[in-house]
Amino acid sequence: MKDDRPPTLWTRRDVQTRSAWALLGASLVAMVGAFVRLLFPRVRAEPPTKVVLGSPEAFAVGEVSERYKRTHRFVLVREAAGFYALRSVCTHLGCVPAWSAGQEKFKCPCHGSGFHRDGVNFEGPAPRPLERLAIALDAEKNLVVDTAVVLRRERGEWSRADAFLPYPSAGHP
Amino acid sequence: MSDAPPPSTREGPPPGLVKEVVRSALRVENVDTPRNRVLAVAHTVWLHLHPTKVPRYSVRFSFTWGAGGISFLLFLVTVVTGVVLMFVYRPTPEHAWLDVKRLDFDVPFGMLNRNMHRWAAHAMVIVVWVHLLRVFLTGSYKAPRQFNWVVGVGLLTLTMLLSFTGYLLPWDQLSMWAVTVGTNMAAAAPVIGHEGPFAAPGLSATNDVRALLLGGPTVGSAALLRFYILHCVALPMALGLGCIVHFWRVRRDGGISGPGTSGPKGAP
Repeated sequence: MKDDRPPTLWTRRDVQTRSAWALLGASLVAMVGAFVRLLFPRVRAEPPTKVVLGSPEAFAVGEVSERYKRTHRFVLVREAAGFYALRSVCTHLGCVPAWSAGQEKFKCPCHGSGFHRDGVNFEGPAPRPLERLAIALDAEKNLVVDTAVVLRRERGEWSRADAFLPYPSAGHP
Repeated sequence: MSDAPPPSTREGPPPGLVKEVVRSALRVENVDTPRNRVLAVAHTVWLHLHPTKVPRYSVRFSFTWGAGGISFLLFLVTVVTGVVLMFVYRPTPEHAWLDVKRLDFDVPFGMLNRNMHRWAAHAMVIVVWVHLLRVFLTGSYKAPRQFNWVVGVGLLTLTMLLSFTGYLLPWDQLSMWAVTVGTNMAAAAPVIGHEGPFAAPGLSATNDVRALLLGGPTVGSAALLRFYILHCVALPMALGLGCIVHFWRVRRDGGISGPGTSGPKGAP
């Protein structure tokens, strides 16, 4: 018997089969997509980024204070003219540079990068200076460092007002 | 093999229990003929991975150094001892380091299992490299085995990743900073790392590929958990699947390479 019906692009069976595969494929894509999204949390529990350090008078001129290194990963440097905070994250691969008072430098234990006391790199593989953190005085005249505000020298950000807190010591007007 | 019933089905008195067990395991009558030897291997699930015939040159230690087999043996050692360790170790910052100490000083045979795991893992990395060197030196990567070389490179990568993820789990200073350094390299990856070249717009330390690995911007509890899952589930499964393909290809390509077998479909 001759079939006079016009040829169809897809038969009923084709439509059903392909719909089933499309549904399965879409479900798999949705599952994988949901899993990938799950790996990027919406909320992270982290401590406040603003750290109150107390009175500036507690730091002696010339001091490189590692008091906050373990808890907040920065060091506070007291110069005659004022304060700045250096992030204790090596710009090479992220270890913690330690202040060596005898050699007047920050030394990274992982691959030997060295930084001057102002944070500028001068030896080892580190490609750029340590980063500074925003520093200011609050209403009660306490030092406050904001670990969320990261300032890079090579971007000219060290000339910003919050990169250095002028606080002349008694002997240096 | 054909679908014909194995030649053991012949008339006779019902076999005794021992004989029946042997027969159901081997599925072939245990008469030592070349044909029965081949059938005994081909008809059981336990031996079917083993080639029915092994060329003389391929058991010569000086040709293979046994490196591939030793790699797999070491993998099995790490799997068995690793599962034992999982009964003690808890992947959280509160427990991880102390559990490792507990394994070393408190749990009976804990130190034995941990050190077997550790040394087998170190040896596996070395032997896998030796295997690669041997395959290169004997020219075994040539046709028709070029695909299996690629599979082998994948297995090498998985071995490295297993080694790296296991490094974090003792949760001491060494592992902490080693993984900090290692994952900071991921931050410098092109396009998907936030410090890399051509970094995608909107990428930061909290949403790039390093954050995907660590579950955050730094190595913390989320990183420990993710590395634990990668180390104990995802990577071993991938390595196991890769081994299946790898061994299967060895068989399909006519066994391991040997003198005079470097040509296509060659056989000695």
